[in-house]
Amino acid sequence: MSRVAWLRLAVILGLIGLLEALCRLGVINRFTMIPPSDMAEALIKLLQQAKMRAHIGETLRNVAIAFVLSVSGGFVAGVVIRAFPRFRLALDPLLATWYAVPFFMFYPLLIVIFGLGDLPVIMVGVAFAAVAMIIATLNGLDRIPPVLRKVARLHRLSAPRRALLIDLPCAAPYLLTGVKLGLAYSFIGVIASEFIMSGSGLGHEIAFAYNNFDNRTMYGLMLFVIVVVTAANMALHVYEQRQIRKRSRG
Amino acid sequence: MIRRAFDLLLLLAGLWLIWLALNSVAGDDAIAGPGDTLRHIVAMAERPGFMRHVNETISAFVQALGIAFLGGLAIGLWLGAHRLSGEVAEPILVAIYSLPKVTLYPLVLLIFGLGMPAKVAFGAIHGIIPVAIFAMNAVRNINPTLLRTARVLRLDLKQTVTTVLVPAALPEIVSGLRVGFSLTLLGVLIGEMFASKRGLGFLVVNSIGLNDTKTIMAVASMLFVFAAVANALLLALDRHLHHRRELN
Repeated sequence: MSRVAWLRLAVILGLIGLLEALCRLGVINRFTMIPPSDMAEALIKLLQQAKMRAHIGETLRNVAIAFVLSVSGGFVAGVVIRAFPRFRLALDPLLATWYAVPFFMFYPLLIVIFGLGDLPVIMVGVAFAAVAMIIATLNGLDRIPPVLRKVARLHRLSAPRRALLIDLPCAAPYLLTGVKLGLAYSFIGVIASEFIMSGSGLGHEIAFAYNNFDNRTMYGLMLFVIVVVTAANMALHVYEQRQIRKRSRG
Repeated sequence: MIRRAFDLLLLLAGLWLIWLALNSVAGDDAIAGPGDTLRHIVAMAERPGFMRHVNETISAFVQALGIAFLGGLAIGLWLGAHRLSGEVAEPILVAIYSLPKVTLYPLVLLIFGLGMPAKVAFGAIHGIIPVAIFAMNAVRNINPTLLRTARVLRLDLKQTVTTVLVPAALPEIVSGLRVGFSLTLLGVLIGEMFASKRGLGFLVVNSIGLNDTKTIMAVASMLFVFAAVANALLLALDRHLHHRRELN
């Protein structure tokens, strides 16, 4: 590991240690926050309960579905929108303001359209994540250097071959950014709508524990969400770094 | 210009039609129609209680935005100017950015208590990270000649920040503020939706409970218009600054 990575680890461990010390010494009272070691212990106990595992499984499945739908759908939508420049120009303000409106307020509408169950929660995740992917796709396709398009014409590539051999690899770094954001927003959309509206899932369990002053469950689950999201992100980050290195080697 | 305005009108007309179609498919109980919603906005605006909610949200939003902008700028400028801290902190910032922060809301409530400070804090933690990330990258990409010139002229820290760092990085900083603006608004509203007795977010959650779809759609359209106008202004500023830099 490089020096920077060691330093980063030291900073994170230091912060956790500081939090632990503050909680143990009573500077932060136990009603506000329990020590990180207790959170980990609570999480391990929670993971042994079949009921909790079912909630966690439900949320992770919904996030996965929302993620796949939004990344594939967002990509296709981005390609289509880019084909109509005027439409795209008009759509710009809509895309730019998308993230300021809390989508959960349309949950009642989604229930009527998609019925009770997981689908409305998934749709909030998709609505949240797809737009990030659309923006990333537009961005990526815009950044293809004109010279490469000329190369494609010189080689008389057919449109599908050009898309596969030139457009896609060229836009890949930007698409990956979209995938990363899509993953984050899928988590946010699904967990937030469970938190505020739904009657099951990880988000609901956290809100339920909060309402019942059940700090151990609440912090155990918070820790779980933080660990899972960070791990998923790190995996994508490592993959991205490897791609960048491969690219720079040519 | 005329063509853009026309396109915008077409888009609005399209949205209106989709809204109408949803209304006729799902019915008034699921989503109020556009005409009803507009009438309801006018009726709501005349109610004295309504302005209290609006003022509450605006006041929380302005405070949160101030904290997110200033805090994000301070963090971003520092991390951008100091290479090692920047490299150490960047992945941590990105990780925090992608956390579903709603899960942390109970923690915010336990620290700040119910009421205004919790909403402001929640809005600020949504907005502060993107502002910091954009500002950090902006400062990193500043032409090194400018920084060397600052050193040659023996500018002190304050002078370097105000006369070199901020002006050179301004276009990207404004882009960051644009993203931060939307997310701060989202944060404040989510905060109001979960644990609050006043504000537009509370109004929405209350209407969801009562299945008052007119109020839901009225608040949603008002928020959307507000966000769109603010965003368009910031975007114009953004483009103007980027363009000006290219001219220099």
